[in-house]
Amino acid sequence: MNIYGWGLPVAASTYAQKIDFGIWLIHAAMIAIFVLWGIFFTYLLVKYRKRDGVPAVRDDHDETPAKISVPDSFSKFPFAQILYKHQGELKSLAPDLIVMLFEVGLIVFYAVPVWSRIKMQMPDKKDAVEIRVEAEQFGWNVRYPGPDGKFGRTKPELVHFSNPIGLDRTDPASADDVVVGNELRLPLGKPALIELTSKDVIHDFFVPEFRIKQDIVPGMEIPLWIQPTRVGHYELACAQLCGFGHSLMRGDVYVQSPADFSAWLKSRAAAAPAAPKPVKPSEDF
Amino acid sequence: MITTAMDNPDTHSGVSNAKLGVWLFLCSEIMLFATLFTSYIVLRTGASSWPWGWDALNVPLGTLNTAILISSSVTIVMAYARAYDKDVKGFRLWMGLTLLLSFAFLVVKGFEYHGEFAKGIWPSTSLFYACYFTLTGLHGIHILGGIVVNSSLLYMSFKKEHWDNPLFLGRVEGAGLYWHFVDIVWIFLFPALYLL
Amino acid sequence: MSGDSNGHGAHEPSFWRKYVFSVDHKVIGLQYMMTAMSFLMVGFALMLLMRWQLAWPGAPIPFFGRLFPPDLAPNGVMSGEFYNSLGAMHGTIMVFLGVVPLAVGAYGNYLLPLQIGAPDMAFPRLNMASYWLFLGGGLLMLSSFMMPGGAAQSGWTSYPPLSIINPGQTVWLFSMVLIITSSLLGSINFLVTAMNMRAPGMSLWRLPVFCWAQMVTSVLLLLAFPPLEAAAFLQVMDRVFHTSFYMPKGLVVLGHVSTVSGGGQPLLWEHLFWFLAHPEVYVLVLPPMGIVAEIIANNTRKPLHGYKTIVVSMISIGVMSFLVWAHHMFISGMSPALSNFFLVTTMIISVPSVAILTCLIFSLKGGSIRFTTPMLYALAFLPLFGIGGLTGLPLGLTVTDIYLHDTYYVIGHFHFVVVTGSILALLGGTYHWFPKWFGRKMNDTLGKVHFWGSVVCMIGVFGPMFPMGLAGASRRLYDPTAQVHNLIVQPLNVVSTVFAYGLFLFQLPFIWNFFHSMFRGEKTEENPWHATTLEWACPSPPPHGNFDKTPRVHRGPYEYSAPGRKTDYWMQTDPA
Repeated sequence: MNIYGWGLPVAASTYAQKIDFGIWLIHAAMIAIFVLWGIFFTYLLVKYRKRDGVPAVRDDHDETPAKISVPDSFSKFPFAQILYKHQGELKSLAPDLIVMLFEVGLIVFYAVPVWSRIKMQMPDKKDAVEIRVEAEQFGWNVRYPGPDGKFGRTKPELVHFSNPIGLDRTDPASADDVVVGNELRLPLGKPALIELTSKDVIHDFFVPEFRIKQDIVPGMEIPLWIQPTRVGHYELACAQLCGFGHSLMRGDVYVQSPADFSAWLKSRAAAAPAAPKPVKPSEDF
Repeated sequence: MITTAMDNPDTHSGVSNAKLGVWLFLCSEIMLFATLFTSYIVLRTGASSWPWGWDALNVPLGTLNTAILISSSVTIVMAYARAYDKDVKGFRLWMGLTLLLSFAFLVVKGFEYHGEFAKGIWPSTSLFYACYFTLTGLHGIHILGGIVVNSSLLYMSFKKEHWDNPLFLGRVEGAGLYWHFVDIVWIFLFPALYLL
Repeated sequence: MSGDSNGHGAHEPSFWRKYVFSVDHKVIGLQYMMTAMSFLMVGFALMLLMRWQLAWPGAPIPFFGRLFPPDLAPNGVMSGEFYNSLGAMHGTIMVFLGVVPLAVGAYGNYLLPLQIGAPDMAFPRLNMASYWLFLGGGLLMLSSFMMPGGAAQSGWTSYPPLSIINPGQTVWLFSMVLIITSSLLGSINFLVTAMNMRAPGMSLWRLPVFCWAQMVTSVLLLLAFPPLEAAAFLQVMDRVFHTSFYMPKGLVVLGHVSTVSGGGQPLLWEHLFWFLAHPEVYVLVLPPMGIVAEIIANNTRKPLHGYKTIVVSMISIGVMSFLVWAHHMFISGMSPALSNFFLVTTMIISVPSVAILTCLIFSLKGGSIRFTTPMLYALAFLPLFGIGGLTGLPLGLTVTDIYLHDTYYVIGHFHFVVVTGSILALLGGTYHWFPKWFGRKMNDTLGKVHFWGSVVCMIGVFGPMFPMGLAGASRRLYDPTAQVHNLIVQPLNVVSTVFAYGLFLFQLPFIWNFFHSMFRGEKTEENPWHATTLEWACPSPPPHGNFDKTPRVHRGPYEYSAPGRKTDYWMQTDPA
């Protein structure tokens, strides 16, 4: 899978390009600011290096503002007088003004709208593939509701290595639920609504190609949506330190055509065990 | 060669070092308890259920303790007033009373804790009791600190050299400020835990 | 005040009283310096071990690997637990035991009383107590490696529930409480000293920038540390008494159903932690900025550009730093609407930071720049700290932070701020004030070797982290090659590691220079740099009690090249 390279990974979701735009724009601005300052800085160092017989020169604005004489033409405008007296300090705020305008623009026209699109406007449940992802030390449990479209009940006491999320198979809604480990399959072009939960500690759902990252906090249900735009095999990695096996906590993400996806889901749903007898919490784990 | 702040009226805040130090210390203490109160509010509003304080705790003993602490604030002010007038005996009397009241507070608190332990209630029982034991326990540690400071002042009052030291009165004042602070914390703690 | 001044000028104290249990702010300052620099070396050594594992995952550590107990490093190969311990301790030691004590404890203690013309701190015995508390906390922190369960393994941020489940955290919490108490006592002392002990004529607007930086820093420490202390207290309760302040209901840890009562919130800790830890960033940065300002004014031979702008900016940074903490938590699961507020405050706080940097650069204009060794450090600070600041921009912006959060980009960003910013400035400060501390100069050639070597290596260590972060490489990975998307940038880890070992080698001339110059360095006079501030108006090293007679201050701190004077510097104490 030759999709990783230098710079940003391939963009595979609807909002990936918007995030990339911000990253490139800010880096362009950063480099521009740094180069301009660097040139000015180097110029100052060369021009004002110590030379014999050339003393340092104090600027006007190095004196206290009270001592600065104001031209007569300003006598009628007290405010202008204040500005004139403090021009030295004001001059040093000029770069600030430019940076600030740039930042205000970024916030108003980019950060706030794009942020609310990604994190606050969840797709309608009717149009989306509903998925629940439960993270644990050190793996991912991905659950699809199955043909009935309903997620079944879970109980912490039922957790067992054969039943990693503690699915209560006596609940009819959970009988057809599909649970897969470390594997997330998504249909191309359809929004996926993912509910994130954690069994133990804080984990983080990170798929570099989708440009999405979300902490998973135990005790909370955190929603997240993705609309894949590119068929392929990507990587789901935990991005929040979660213990000694943190770096091993990874999964595979497959974006498939809708037909392939539903065929896969059907085959898994058929393979799902039908209401086995409840497993007692084991002491020998 | 000693330069003291008092020599430089133009560059000194007008408050003695010790008093300024105590006030700054109280600022950090306010932040400490403010954090704990904020955590309490956050946890309580986020909880699915929360018991009423008067069902879960011993309100009469808590009320008694409130009265004890408020009276001890009065006695420490009296002690300061006596020290201001260089009344050695009066100072010892009022400071002794303050100490007595603070011990009484701890004893009552001990009975309260004992009653809860006897019922099998521990900090791990529920989030409410975790908050209760942690907040009152931390406040109790502050009371202990106050007892250490106040009893050392009482001890010092038996030596004449300390009465000759101009700093002594400032120390009594600092101890009084701290004691009032501990009292105020309780005045917030009591309704927050027992009554709301 | 005589009770607090501990008999200056009295009979010669014993060796223990003079060098070990001293109440003299200068001795305590140097004790802080030695201890903090040792801790910096320890933190650095931990990082060198981690860098080995990052560059060559699974390869046995050469030479030292066999020295570690087999449960930490079986067959010399670092284990995941050990890697996490090293990571948590590297962060904790560098921040709380290295840079802050060096910037505040060492420089502040030594220089603040001198620069304001005071004979000592306001509370000398309290000062001694803060040093010993700090040392106790530090040693306890180090000893946790030897204790059952080992050192903390949950990162310096110690996010629960991991920090409550993992072993080793309790010792971390207790030593943090000691360190916090030490900082609180220290900051009270600094503030009272600065408010009450200034020499006659030293009005607030005549204070050197360094003193202002120390004052703002002290306020930050005073108000931001207690919340962490409270938070740490709650975590201790969770660990020792099994309460559930940070533990939600129904956890299943490695197959075991948790028995705690539940109902707590892990995010509460994150909020409380960052409420301290963001102001803490400015505690790391402001005193070094003050040092840079002093060195620049002295070596350009002209007043600082916009002294008041710098001071007002520092104060506004101090105020604003309490309102930005949650920009570390954009993707933590807190309400996304809240993020917009912290996005705006974050952009506002960048304004005063840019203003300070601009003023420092404009200060060069019109100067007669002497490229002394300390000046090289101060000059390198400007662009390199600039990189650190600029790369904070995509992290402070909510949208781009979604991708860059918790990647190597973050590591690169804050190491440029703290290492090529703070640590570089602190090293420059050593060369600048060394003559004052010991009456001797440090060797210039060795200083320049140290400077160029360190700067090149620092850029080599932290520069590659930006492309790594952009490629999506996460931080805190024991084995980065376990994730496919990291493989292509793995060579950068090797580059970074090689430069880290280089950086270590280039510290050797500094260590030798420091100790050799202490005893054998070229002797200097009272004011070798022809500086204007008060610390240069007393003998080098200053005696107990500092000034022979109380200095009188007649003018501002940076009166260089004043017109109509014979010399190009006009000391604050010169009557005319």
